[in-house]
Amino acid sequence: MKHFWALLFLLVPIFGVLTFVLAPYYNHSFPRDISENGRVIDQLFYFILYLTGVLFVATEGALFYFMWKYNGRTNREPVKYSHGSHTLEVVWTILPAVTLLFIAIYQMNAWADAKMRKPDIPVTAEITGRQFNWDVRYPGPDGILHTPDDIILVDGEIHFPAGEEILLSIKAADVLHSFFLPNIRMKQDVVPGMQQYMWFKCRESKAEVDIVCAELCGWGHYKMSGRATFEPRSEFNAWLAKKSAEQQAHRITQATP
Amino acid sequence: MSTITADSHAHAHGEHAHVGSFLSTYVFSRDHKVIGIQFLFSTLVWFFIGGLLALGVRWQLAYPWSDMPILGKLLFSAQGGQIAPETYTMLFTMHASVMIFLVIIPILAGAFGNFLIPLMIGADDMAFPTLNMLSYWFMWPAFAAFGASFFIGTGPMSGWTSYPPLSLTIEAQKFWLVGLTCVGVSSMMGSVNYLTTIIQMRAPGMTMFRLPMTIWAMFITAVLQAFALPVLTAAGFMQLADLTLGTGFFIPEGWSANNTLHAAGGGQPLLWQHLFWFYSHPAVYIMILPAMGMVSDIIACFARKPLFGYKPMVYSIAGIAGLGFIVWGHHMFVSGMSPVLGMTFMVATMFIALPSAIKVFNWLGTIWGAKIQFTTPMLFALSFVAMFIIGGLSGIFMAATPVDIFIHDTYFIVAHFHYVLFAGTAMGVFGAIYFWFPKMFGRMMNEEWGKVHFFLTFVFLNCVFYPMHILGWVGFPRRLADPYHYETFRHLLALNQFITWCAILMVASQIIFAINFFYSIFFGPVAGRNPWHSNTLEWQAPSPPGHGNFDFQPVIYRGPYEYGSPEVDIDYYPQTMPPPQNRPAAVPAH
Repeated sequence: MKHFWALLFLLVPIFGVLTFVLAPYYNHSFPRDISENGRVIDQLFYFILYLTGVLFVATEGALFYFMWKYNGRTNREPVKYSHGSHTLEVVWTILPAVTLLFIAIYQMNAWADAKMRKPDIPVTAEITGRQFNWDVRYPGPDGILHTPDDIILVDGEIHFPAGEEILLSIKAADVLHSFFLPNIRMKQDVVPGMQQYMWFKCRESKAEVDIVCAELCGWGHYKMSGRATFEPRSEFNAWLAKKSAEQQAHRITQATP
Repeated sequence: MSTITADSHAHAHGEHAHVGSFLSTYVFSRDHKVIGIQFLFSTLVWFFIGGLLALGVRWQLAYPWSDMPILGKLLFSAQGGQIAPETYTMLFTMHASVMIFLVIIPILAGAFGNFLIPLMIGADDMAFPTLNMLSYWFMWPAFAAFGASFFIGTGPMSGWTSYPPLSLTIEAQKFWLVGLTCVGVSSMMGSVNYLTTIIQMRAPGMTMFRLPMTIWAMFITAVLQAFALPVLTAAGFMQLADLTLGTGFFIPEGWSANNTLHAAGGGQPLLWQHLFWFYSHPAVYIMILPAMGMVSDIIACFARKPLFGYKPMVYSIAGIAGLGFIVWGHHMFVSGMSPVLGMTFMVATMFIALPSAIKVFNWLGTIWGAKIQFTTPMLFALSFVAMFIIGGLSGIFMAATPVDIFIHDTYFIVAHFHYVLFAGTAMGVFGAIYFWFPKMFGRMMNEEWGKVHFFLTFVFLNCVFYPMHILGWVGFPRRLADPYHYETFRHLLALNQFITWCAILMVASQIIFAINFFYSIFFGPVAGRNPWHSNTLEWQAPSPPGHGNFDFQPVIYRGPYEYGSPEVDIDYYPQTMPPPQNRPAAVPAH
């Protein structure tokens, strides 16, 4: 096996590409996308995946070919006494530079949509991360947050209306957390002392997905999970009314000993 | 600059000729070679500890809440051998802290920087030998502080990034921060020394553009450390003050945790992230550039051909260092930092991929038309290139801000930096150990077992780290003690078990290296001065070099990469070999 090592290195691009090609067939790829804008992020991911995939195969392939062809045991030609090539250096500086600049510019619109163009609508709910739960506060019938009719839930079950734009006000009560909805392709760290917003839209009429905390928040970080339920407006309103009534009843029992 | 007066040389030699006691020769030595080897041994011990910590993390991810065999009973007897969530958090925190601060940074700059810089530039020692000794001994308070932090409460458990306010609720963090500061002081002393030595103490004829890539990389790394470290040291003291003195640099107004209200406020948790990454992003390059330099030297040597594009290689290292200072924000795209700033950092980050690409193309250019000798160091160096391509390309995904929204804090990131730091730097370091071992100890390591070690490590590391890209693709988050209670990630258990078994086998393969290493120190075949037929200066000194390094005054005639030169009959052309007397006026074309 004169070319054992070259062949070993050839396995890198082969297995590298195979892994990414086969993984989706075993459900090992993006989780189901239920959002309106998530596909933009998925497409950008695939765009970079294909581009880097080509570069990966080309460079690893060249490495394999040179290891094969210029193996000292088999190559009888004298070495090419070369210190480099000015032209080549210019070419392989400018081409990647243009490509990288293109990738950067190509991302900007999606980034602005996800993080900068905050929709001008009332806040759907306020989410507060605390060790180790996601608390939610809905504005209640008056539509204004931090009034007595607010509905506050601390069981990690959060409902949202499906099919409409949702604006969340998010914050942290104690340490850093990160509100991550894998199926919506949205993530935002929450920082104590900072008030931030997050917006998205579910395109399915009914869905229940995981809420993940994606920033280390202490020993119980792993269990800081929640469930987000997306449902049609009517069902959502009914659920909200039920929760409001439960909360009201709870208050009355507390007030009358 | 590069000439030293004969007088100062005589003085220096006189000082080194003095034979001291055992203590001053091998323990409190001021000889750069002894200090380098001290760094090497200390960091290899921590490398072993850091590897075991990683296995603890892997065990929990493969078999959550089940008793860990052997080690579990020993370490976690309180929980009956089970890894508690606190312990899990401590394990990954300390795995990263140990590997970064006690292994990679000191093994590159401390071990190889110390050993190689004076030898490769033709100096008899460092510019400041006592400072050099202190730079090693300042690692010991760091070892002690990091070591002690394991036993304070549940240990440091806010990640290696120590983000406040979480870090301000953890007692052990004080020790952790003291350890961090001591590592910083040690690195600072080292970097000042390296800069002075490289600028002032080069042998006659050793111009800056005749320096080997290893020295250029060490030089630029030292510049990075000298400018970035003060920021981390200041930030570390600020966090220490928040923890102990009741200040509030990183505490927002009216903040409370663990039912205690902190009086001082008016600070900002994000401030720490900016200060921390202002150092720690350049530190990412501190952790790769020296390996790139050493790999360049090894590849040119075993390609038996000049390094392709020497000057572009130097400029690209300088470019990485320069751009390295303006990309720290890419760690903070979803941190709450202004998204407008995120766009700026995205463009800068995209551009830092450029010098890395140039380096890869030049390495490929170097082995084009070569006569490759597949020695153990060469295999490790070539695998550095192959693996760095993966680590470099996966970086583009997280530089792209919208994609980063999804993959941030997932295993995609874990895959990326392990491809750069383990598959890249650690493999480069293994190559460097096999390569310079004969110079350090005067004996060769066993080539056959070296290749077995390479083969197993190469195969298993890819089985461990490559599938992590796939985990990240599903959104599998980092740092979760039990990710499987999420419906989204439940089906990833099997893949994680595969990764864990490969990780166990990879760590086990390192036993081959350890045996080879220690056996060869005493029983390896005697190496001679230049076993690899290399051009660079250190190979002209005796193996191992005595005090004062060279038994002659080196004079440099050419650059370090004149392999296969038509001027001489042999296929290498040491930097110190005088040119032939009757040299033809022009080199004949071939």
